[in-house]
Amino acid sequence: MAILVGENTRLLVQGLGRDGSFQANRTREYGTNMVAAVHPSRDGQKFEDEVPYFSTVAKAVEDTGANTGVIFVPAPFAMDAIIEQVDAGLELVVCITEGVPVLDMVKVMAYIKGKPTRLIGSNCPGVLSPASKAKVGIVPGNIVRPGNVGVVSRSGTLTYEAIAQLVQHGMGQSTCVGIGGDPVHGTTFTDVLELFQADDETEAIVLIGEIGGIREQLAADYIKEHVTKPVVAAIAGSSAPAGKRMGHAGAIITGKAALASEKNKALEAAGVHVVESPALIGAKMKEVLG
Amino acid sequence: MNIHEYQAKAILDKFGVPTPKAEVASTAAEAKEIALRIGGRVVVKAQVHAGGRGKVGGVKLVNSPEEAEEVAASLLGTRLVTNQTGASGVPVEKVMIAETLDIKDELYISIVIDGDIGAPLVMASTEGGMDIEEVAESTPEKIFRVAGDPLIGLTTYHARDIALALGVPAKSVRATTKLITDLYNVFVENDCSLVEINPLVITEDDQVFALDAKINIEDDALFRHPDLAALRDPNQQDPLEQRADKADLAYVKLEGGRVGCMVNGAGLAMATMDITKAAGADPANFLDIGGSADQARIEEAFKIIIGDDDVEMILVNLFAGIARSDIVAQGIVAAAKETNASVPMVVAMRGTNAEEGIKILADSGLNITGAPDLAGAAEVLKAKLLELGESN
Repeated sequence: MAILVGENTRLLVQGLGRDGSFQANRTREYGTNMVAAVHPSRDGQKFEDEVPYFSTVAKAVEDTGANTGVIFVPAPFAMDAIIEQVDAGLELVVCITEGVPVLDMVKVMAYIKGKPTRLIGSNCPGVLSPASKAKVGIVPGNIVRPGNVGVVSRSGTLTYEAIAQLVQHGMGQSTCVGIGGDPVHGTTFTDVLELFQADDETEAIVLIGEIGGIREQLAADYIKEHVTKPVVAAIAGSSAPAGKRMGHAGAIITGKAALASEKNKALEAAGVHVVESPALIGAKMKEVLG
Repeated sequence: MNIHEYQAKAILDKFGVPTPKAEVASTAAEAKEIALRIGGRVVVKAQVHAGGRGKVGGVKLVNSPEEAEEVAASLLGTRLVTNQTGASGVPVEKVMIAETLDIKDELYISIVIDGDIGAPLVMASTEGGMDIEEVAESTPEKIFRVAGDPLIGLTTYHARDIALALGVPAKSVRATTKLITDLYNVFVENDCSLVEINPLVITEDDQVFALDAKINIEDDALFRHPDLAALRDPNQQDPLEQRADKADLAYVKLEGGRVGCMVNGAGLAMATMDITKAAGADPANFLDIGGSADQARIEEAFKIIIGDDDVEMILVNLFAGIARSDIVAQGIVAAAKETNASVPMVVAMRGTNAEEGIKILADSGLNITGAPDLAGAAEVLKAKLLELGESN
């Protein structure tokens, strides 16, 4: 079955500038059903001569039955785009945009509370389910293989790294989920773990965290109580200095809990197979699954 | 983005937060004039982007304008090395001269974003003047926390709860409540990532003041605060970090590292630092070249890495999704040739156009050893480090 995206995904893309258009093309090439494009001044035109443009998300949803949205708009406009997609009733909204002000995400999370939409991101690579050729975001389609390992990560490139290692060791993926590197973000590790635990296609889970915040510890708590599938985890940033932002807005050591060592400790205590380096994820998963 | 204390004070003044009388000086003569104007005992505070300045003579109490002049002269033009700076320290180009108060009690208050709650979080403690991390570690019960509401803000009753938890005198409750509310507004309206008042003081006559102020502005929100963006003081930054900022590269210089790292993606960049450390050498930097880096940016990134005198080797780790390996390779070769760099490189390239990239590097005549992946890069790096150790 995979999680979050699959055969039923009907994708709407908002933010079709240079990068957004490039990614929309890769998404379509991969085989994802892109049904609508949103641009305020291209109503009536078609993206790549095939996908209809609409000036508003609401109109696009009404006409095409889009159920999933992906956002590539520049950071100053990301909050607005997310709220527009939430208001249009999309089931899943994936915000790829990097550099969204934290206080905008604070407002977004308050706004979305109690509404049926699930948000992934901001600042994330998105979601991909290989078996159903459903790609919402920027995870390269040529590196994944269908299979039974679920991948969830705060980092885009480490998601690719984990996928490559799994493939190298002969394992495919059920769904790959990048939850993003911002301190305030929609779907969390815990949310994705819950979905993977319930998903028949997922036999084991890779979790890639990094320094900053306490979400890995919360994931550890959840795993201890609710996850019976094996989990292999790696935390990036053990060599990072305190108080310096390591690229991602959320990757900063501000206190003890933010340290890689603390996260490793919590995950180990929850029975997770923690590898000391993200380079060992594939080998460890192979060993765990036998 | 860090700003100076005197700049933070100006923001607090604008939002009605009471601060001691203070002015900033760039020369010793100005410092004397200000001390004269303020009168009595004053404190001379070096304006640097680093904590821990009090412990190394960056904050001094003086009794006269003449003494203020002397202390200012001894600080201005020097570099202050604290436990939060590198060995070369940070330049003191300005000092702040502030009035002294008769202090009855020192408290602590700060506001940060709590990622888990998803809202600004006010943290207050009766242990003013202390490092909040230490307080959190040793006496966590002494920290009082209240989150603001993302849409409503911090209500007056919440601010009053904090004032009461801090045990301020009955006469000061109203002023403290207002101060906390105003601080919250400072945080939200300026897109701060940190507002920290340590200490917040109650004077002998029960007035309340923000005696010290540390404000950080969130980088990602600077686009909507041009006035705040203008407060950036590049001289307080490491020169290589300053250069990286200009090129829009996420670069952090790490003290004393030997292996320069060039990577795409923040997570992979951290992991690359980690494997470097595990291979037995300290990484010299964090560097994320980003997804859509063109050749000019790669060249600049390479020059920044080798601009660090401590760098003896470079580890390039690329997993190209949006980025193109061939363009990265061309950038590396062009920059290495232009700068006559002979530094050995270990290179792992995967993803978009990786084969082309690897070929460009192999044909370049540069001192490059290829590695298949992250685990392979660690192995090759280890071997190269051994070689390097033997030849030294």
